[in-house]
Amino acid sequence: MELEEAKEKIVEVLTKKAKTKSKFYFNDLSKILDLKPREAKKLVTKLIETEVLEYWSSGSTTMYGLKGMGKQASAEHED
Amino acid sequence: MAKHETPLLDQLESGPWPSFVSDMKQEAAARAKNEKNVEYQIPQDVVEDLLGVLELSYADGTTHWKHGGIVGVFGYGGGVIGRYCDQPETFPGVAHFHTMRVAQPAGKFYKTDYLKKLCDLWGFRGSGLTNMHGSTGDIILLGTTTPQLEEIFYELTHNFNQDLGGSGSNLRTPADCIGQARCEYACYDTQDLCHTLTEEYQDELHRPAFPYKFKFKFDGCPNCCVASIARSDMSFIGTWKDDIRIDQDAVKGYVNGDFPPNAGAHAGRDWGPFDIQKEVIDLCPTECMRYEDGKLEINNKECTRCMHCINVMPRALRPGKETGCSILVGAKAPILDGAQMGSLLVPFVEVNKEDGYAAIKEVIEAIWDWWMEEGKNRERLGELMKRQGFQRLLEVTGIKPVAQHVQEPRTNPYIFWKEDEVEGGWDRDINEFRKTHLR
Ligand code: HEM
Ligand code: HEM
Ligand code: SF4
Ligand code: SF4
Repeated sequence: MELEEAKEKIVEVLTKKAKTKSKFYFNDLSKILDLKPREAKKLVTKLIETEVLEYWSSGSTTMYGLKGMGKQASAEHED
Repeated sequence: MAKHETPLLDQLESGPWPSFVSDMKQEAAARAKNEKNVEYQIPQDVVEDLLGVLELSYADGTTHWKHGGIVGVFGYGGGVIGRYCDQPETFPGVAHFHTMRVAQPAGKFYKTDYLKKLCDLWGFRGSGLTNMHGSTGDIILLGTTTPQLEEIFYELTHNFNQDLGGSGSNLRTPADCIGQARCEYACYDTQDLCHTLTEEYQDELHRPAFPYKFKFKFDGCPNCCVASIARSDMSFIGTWKDDIRIDQDAVKGYVNGDFPPNAGAHAGRDWGPFDIQKEVIDLCPTECMRYEDGKLEINNKECTRCMHCINVMPRALRPGKETGCSILVGAKAPILDGAQMGSLLVPFVEVNKEDGYAAIKEVIEAIWDWWMEEGKNRERLGELMKRQGFQRLLEVTGIKPVAQHVQEPRTNPYIFWKEDEVEGGWDRDINEFRKTHLR
């Protein structure tokens, strides 16, 4: 899969869900891409590098979100 | 005069042990005095506010830290853990109080000038409080603000030859025992294996894509000084295949009281004269030793490499010469489902520097492929093993079931054979069978 295609798919799904959810597990992303985890990781890493996505971490668990979306509030289940 | 009254914390200082409260007060006072004229990059009274918010938590019985955050250094998914205080007006010094994890050197070897430099950097750009070391092994730098993160990262990577460690859903900073650098029990070079795998798996360390955390720990022998068997998803424990080496003269030396047992440890009390029967032979968990007519014998086939006899008589007994390691998997802390110790997966594997540890990497990567695909969010390897079964783990790693996989008869889940795994299969003629067995 090309990076552009991956970007489109992910941005589309994440934007659609943005009202209820701003953080996603890596698994959710590989399901969106319909790729094996190792393949998905290469693309997701590029999306981080190009600042389409960003990491969110609780310390023990890492999640992904669209850059700039879902501030601290959603981590605390307030929105 | 302290900024906040802390009567509940003060009480913690009254016990006989060193107190973290005293340490924090000392750092708070040093920052207030600032004898070295440091241009502090985060609030000078950060430690006072930390004491204040902790006192508040003791008083009202609830935490005042929010959970997690979008902080980190560019491109890294781990190594920085965002912490924000929910009482920023009362405690502005700790409004941001992020933790940084710094990968400790293999075996935790430092020079004092390195430690001094590190503390200077952290006093300048952080709270000055450290935790040496966290349970993953990292150097933990406690408390700084977001703008300082990239600055500290730049310093660490450019001037300290140092990297951030792991946090979140990635490979955590691998940790090892001091190994062959200082310890004659070490059955393989823990530092080289730990360092090599850390370099090899940089992507897994810094770019989290696992279902949850994953830890490697390396112990040179079954004494397990880094407690790999209890604290890591994959633990590499040094062991040997051949016989324990016995120096019979030295055994006699211990019996005659020429050498103190346990290399002189536990000497704080008079235990009476050394009794080899009581202190060694009778304590061997597999009862595979005897001492008769001044001669020590070990039935090595039964020995489980528990290290007890070797620890008691280190001059007389040594691990064998054909050394390698065992790989155990699935240990974890009790968050879900109870605590678990590692289960033995590979009884013995050569630890071969020459081929870049190919045999070990093969096991690691097979396990990751399985867990990344099948693991649920926040499911540790040990939980996946329980859910899908040890047999599935054997299938995905291509490891044959052996007697060592069975803890004791009828306690582990049974290994079920498939027809194609058994020579000749078990095809039967159903008509023949029905002649003697009615439906
Ligand atoms: C009642 C208070 C707290 C509770 C119940 C709590 C609970 C937890 C739990 C369950 C984990 C996950 C550990 C794991 O997955 O192995 C964790 C991780 C962590 N907590 Fe807390 N926590 C508390 C307070 C704090 C505070 C006050 C801080 C720092 C200001 C903090 C910093 C961390 C960090 C840095 C981690 C990540 C550790 C790791 O993944 O190894 N926690 N906490
Ligand atoms: C010399 C004859 C037999 C011996 C030595 C024997 C031995 C055993 C053993 C060692 C177990 C496993 C116990 C455990 O899980 O700890 C067992 C289980 C069992 N045996 Fe026998 N057994 C014999 C005959 C029979 C017969 C004739 C029957 C029924 C017709 C029977 C029915 C069962 C059942 C139902 C179980 C439980 C199986 C399970 O829960 O998975 N056994 N037996
Ligand atoms: S685990 Fe074994 S080899 Fe490593 S330091 Fe401890 S006793 Fe020595
Ligand atoms: S290492 Fe442990 S099991 Fe082996 S002979 Fe010594 S005491 Fe017995």
